[in-house]
Amino acid sequence: MRLFIVAATALVAVPAAAQDTASRNLAASCAICHGTEGRAVTRDAIPLAGLPREHIVAQMKAFRDGKRPATVMHHIAKGYNDQQIDSLAGWFSAQKR
Amino acid sequence: MKRRDFLKLAGAVSLTGCASTIPSRARVVVIGGGFGGATAAKYIRMWDPSIDVVLVERESGFTSCPMSNLVLGGFTNMQEISRDYDGLRRHGVQVVRDEAVAIDAAKKTVRLARGGDISYERLVVSPGIDFTFDDVEGYEAAMASGRVLHAWRAGPQTLALRTQLEQLRDGGVYVISIPLAPYRCPPGPYERACLVAAYFKQAKPRSKVLVLDANPDLTSKAGLFKAAWKDYYAGIIEYHANARAVGIDAAASAVKLEVEDVKGDVLNVVPPHRAGNIALQAGLITTNNRWCDVDWRTMESKAVPGIHVLGDATLSAPAMPKSASMANNQAKIAAAAVVELLNGRAPSPVQIINTCYSFVSQKEAMHVSSVHAWDEKDRTLKALPGGGVSAARSEAEGAYAWSWARTIWADSLA
Repeated sequence: MRLFIVAATALVAVPAAAQDTASRNLAASCAICHGTEGRAVTRDAIPLAGLPREHIVAQMKAFRDGKRPATVMHHIAKGYNDQQIDSLAGWFSAQKR
Repeated sequence: MKRRDFLKLAGAVSLTGCASTIPSRARVVVIGGGFGGATAAKYIRMWDPSIDVVLVERESGFTSCPMSNLVLGGFTNMQEISRDYDGLRRHGVQVVRDEAVAIDAAKKTVRLARGGDISYERLVVSPGIDFTFDDVEGYEAAMASGRVLHAWRAGPQTLALRTQLEQLRDGGVYVISIPLAPYRCPPGPYERACLVAAYFKQAKPRSKVLVLDANPDLTSKAGLFKAAWKDYYAGIIEYHANARAVGIDAAASAVKLEVEDVKGDVLNVVPPHRAGNIALQAGLITTNNRWCDVDWRTMESKAVPGIHVLGDATLSAPAMPKSASMANNQAKIAAAAVVELLNGRAPSPVQIINTCYSFVSQKEAMHVSSVHAWDEKDRTLKALPGGGVSAARSEAEGAYAWSWARTIWADSLA
C-alpha cells in the first residue's frame, strides 16, 4: 500500500516539476530589472519575490491593457498571455523575499 | 579494528569520493566572464548544484560596457562600473584566470594558455567580440601609437579615451565612427556622442562631436536621439550618414572615408567586429565569417554539437540587438538547456526580454524593450508585438537605467 502511494505521488510529481521548471525559466528573464528570483537589489525596482499572486496578475494585466501608466512595463507585459502571467505570478509569489 | 568498523570507514571514504571526484558528476566549462558567461555559470549552479562549473576568464574582474559612456562624459568612474568574480565563487563556480586558446570538440577539452587541458561534458562559449582591424586600413598601427581608439570593450581604452577628451583643446574635434550593423550595442555610439557632447558643453563649449555613421540612418532610437541632439547639442553634434571608415591616416590625424578624408583631434573609430577569436578557432562561426548561428531553444551551436554559444558572438535572431540584457537572458536559455540535457531530460524553449537604456545627458535616459519567443514555424526567436521605445527621455528613466545596471550586474555576477 505504501509503495503504491509513493508511485502515485511520483506520477503526478513529474508534470508538476516540469511545470515549475517552465515557470522558473519564464520568470528568470525578469531578473535583469527585478533581481535574481525577484529579489530586488535597488530601491527603484519592485521586488517580485513573495508578492501575492493576485496582485502580480492584476498589475501585469493593467500594464498590458494600458490601465496602469508605465515607462517600460507596458512594452514588456504585452509579450505575455493570461496563462503566462498566471504562471509568472505563481512562481514569484512562492519565492522567499 | 573490527571488520564492521572497517567497512563503515571504507563506506565513508567512498562516499566522500563520490561527492567530489566520481566521473558521473558532470562538468560544464564556460569560456568568458561577461554578461553571458557569468550568468550561465551562476544559473547552472543555482538550478543544479550537482554540476561542476568552471569559468575561464582572462581578466581579473568584470568591467561593464553599459554605463561606460558615462565614464567618457566624466559622470561616473571605472570603479562604479566594475565588479569582481567573488559572487560567482560563492555560487560554487570555479573561476580560473586564464585564456582559452583552443577547443577540441571531439575529445571535449579546452586548451588553456597556461593551465593545460580541461575536459567538459558540455561547453558554453561566450567570447564577446574581436575586431576585424583589416577592414580599416592602418588601424592597428594607429591604435598602437594611441592615435585611434575604439573603447568598444570597457577597460583601458575607456580610460585612454577619457584622458584624450580631457586633454583636448577647447575648439577641438572628436570623431566617433560607427561600423555597418550588426555591431555590439546598436544605440551605444549615439549615446556616446550625447555624453561627450554633454562634457564639451560644460567644459569646452567650442568643441565639436562629429558622428560618421556607415549606416544610412541611426540604427536605434533614432527619433529620440535626434530630438536630444536638436534640443541640447545643436552646433556641437554633426551627423553624417553613409560615412563608412575605410582607413586611418595617422600622420594627418584623419579618418579615411570612401570618397573623402575627415580630420579630427580625437579619433574614436569603432572597427567592424565578429565573434571572439576562440569562436573562430573552434569553427563556431557560421555566417559572413563573423557570427555563430545557434538553436535558439538551447543556444547550442549549429556548427559544433555540445557547445552553447551566447551573447554578441551569435548570429542575432530577427530584431534582436547585441546587448547585455540579451546576453544575460540567452545565458538562462543555455543554463536551462544544459541542466535538462545533463539530467537526461528534453529542454523546452524559453521566452526572454530585452531592455536597453541609453543616456542622452548626465541624468536623462530612454529605453528600447522587446519580448522574444520561440516561433515553431520559423524555428527562431521572434520579437512579439508590443515592444518599443520610450515616449520621451526623462530623469526617471535615468534612475531606472542605473537600477537596471546595478541589478543586471548582480544578476549576472552576485
